[in-house]
Amino acid sequence: MAITANPGRADRTAIIRKGIGRRYAAERRFRFFGIAAIGFALAFLLFLFGSILSNGYTAFVQTSFQLDVNLDKEVIDPTGTQRAQDIRNADYTLLARRALAARLGVDTSNRPAMREIGGLLSRDVDITIRRLVQADPSIIGTTVPVWVLAHGQVDSLMKGQVDRTLTASQRRISDQQLGWLDKADAEGFLSKRFNTGLFTYGASSSPETSGIGVAIIGSLFMMMIVVILAVPLGVAAAVYLEEFAPKNLFTDTIEVNINNLAAVPSIVFGLLGLAIFINMAGLPRSASIVGGLVLTLMTLPTIIIATRAALKAVPPSIREAAYGVGASKIQTITHHVLPLAVPGILTGTIVGLAQALGETAPLLMIGMVAFVVEYPTTPLDPATALPVQIFMWATSAERGFVERTSGAALILVFVLVCMNLLAVILRRRFERRW
Amino acid sequence: MLMETTSATVQSSANATGPKILAKDVNVFYGEKQALKEINVDIPDRGVMAFIGPSGCGKSTFLRCINRMNDTIAACRVTGKITIDSEDIYDPSLDPVLLRARVGMVFQKPNPFPKSIYENVAYGPRIHGLAANKSELDEIVAKSLERAGLWKEVRDRLNDPGTGLSGGQQQRLCIARAVAVGPEVILMDEPCSALDPIATAKVEELIDELKRNYCIVIVTHSMQQAARVSQRTAFFHLGILVEEGETNEIFTNPQDQRTQDYITGRFG
Repeated sequence: MAITANPGRADRTAIIRKGIGRRYAAERRFRFFGIAAIGFALAFLLFLFGSILSNGYTAFVQTSFQLDVNLDKEVIDPTGTQRAQDIRNADYTLLARRALAARLGVDTSNRPAMREIGGLLSRDVDITIRRLVQADPSIIGTTVPVWVLAHGQVDSLMKGQVDRTLTASQRRISDQQLGWLDKADAEGFLSKRFNTGLFTYGASSSPETSGIGVAIIGSLFMMMIVVILAVPLGVAAAVYLEEFAPKNLFTDTIEVNINNLAAVPSIVFGLLGLAIFINMAGLPRSASIVGGLVLTLMTLPTIIIATRAALKAVPPSIREAAYGVGASKIQTITHHVLPLAVPGILTGTIVGLAQALGETAPLLMIGMVAFVVEYPTTPLDPATALPVQIFMWATSAERGFVERTSGAALILVFVLVCMNLLAVILRRRFERRW
Repeated sequence: MLMETTSATVQSSANATGPKILAKDVNVFYGEKQALKEINVDIPDRGVMAFIGPSGCGKSTFLRCINRMNDTIAACRVTGKITIDSEDIYDPSLDPVLLRARVGMVFQKPNPFPKSIYENVAYGPRIHGLAANKSELDEIVAKSLERAGLWKEVRDRLNDPGTGLSGGQQQRLCIARAVAVGPEVILMDEPCSALDPIATAKVEELIDELKRNYCIVIVTHSMQQAARVSQRTAFFHLGILVEEGETNEIFTNPQDQRTQDYITGRFG
């Protein structure tokens, strides 16, 4: 018996061994493909980040002149009464030009040269000086040191984005201006400083004075509206559907439709918002309240699905334990099931919010792609949103807007990464084991 | 030896008090499928009744009928009559929440709430409003833990999470949690199946202790356990209650061939 069994066993071993090689080869192949796939994904990600970083990092500095501006009483306040209207309407641009001309040693009565000088300064340079004077009219007549923005073309040239070896007819900066700039740079009153304006300015046709200030406020308003509306609605809907609703054709239909809603293209939500909130309800166009409502509709399915999954993941033993000591259904849910589902709900909510924050298409439909200079003070005021601001800059031609497009994209990505990190941290913090 | 003494106690207690729980013609359906057929059984007060039988025989289903835990399953339907102290527990006017305050339950897998030991025990009394103030609640918690034989082990760490205890301790915590509400009946669904032999022995000791004050119904897969802890035993098979009687009778002199086959290990 044992003798006949032994050769059989040896044969079997040989057969298995032959197969083993193939099995290991399959495993190695699979691993290789897996690593290759991850490698590809990482390479694309690196390329993406590399390109927006290399294009965008320069947006965080801005070229400025340090000028000693003589706040000439004759120009600002010829009557000497410090009337608010005079102070508001005074020709501050002239003062800035004079200051720069004085610094460069140019005769202020040479009008063509003065025009050239003016071309070096930002078109909104008067605003900077006017604010100074309006804040403290007593400085009229004195000379104050001020940092004023250089023109966007100067900024691009100083950042090396414009080729200075081109012939003069092919660039916006003349040879004379180039000479002045080199002089200013050498004397140290022209330098690149951290660009706070990027975060505070609203829309502008000059790149040097345009920023994401309005977009940040608009996005904040919208996120607030989404949190206030979508989270309670979504969680309540999910709890009802998961725990209370009878399982029948009607609730099945609702469930299928919620899942479908999550896959509806966002532009459709924009159309819906346009029809309902603006045309029917008569809410103002371009307002962040409409944007917030549309994004709420978009985020609801995400939150409902995440909450239902989190509720489902609570082990039935905990429900049984609560029922077993005589807790009612609502007590079981509020005391035990919901607290255990909180990490899942939080993660889903933050992921939904991150999605909403990056959403552009529906906001275009409701007119949030707008040239808004003033900060919105309420959600009813016109505003833009971060991704829409990126979209608008991407369609502008000047070099200054190209770097701003990438710079704003960097800021948006940074915020989204922070939100996702927060989701991970909250999940870790609240997760309980049983 | 042990069996003789336990059967003696049960006879005296059964004589002293009538049946605590009475089931008459109980049928249970899960959708189309009938899980239990015509169950008739009396369960005496202040004693341990064991349900034995192979997997899927319906013993746990019947146990869950006694505190209407089956209500939480949508497809489940119960017919017939179950009374506790001659009160019909399926009477529509009876609140299942009230019933579950009278009929505590301990589950197969220890399932403490992911909260502190104190909170685990205090939860039941708190939701039912059984304690007027903090010191009363403290007293209930202490007494319940004492009854569950856990007080000495945990009195210094009542604020530690209940899930940090060992498996056996967790199960005794669950018993303390059930006891804290002051039930008359305690249902135990295979309470030792997830425990090691030492923890099992402790829980069995505890059951022996608790039967002086409570009517205990225990479902078990272990026939030795049924023989050790119970005074009466019911054998379920394929949704039918095959045989019911005093534990030593069932194990030494079963009347039905199927009972005989099961307890001698021929199936199940």
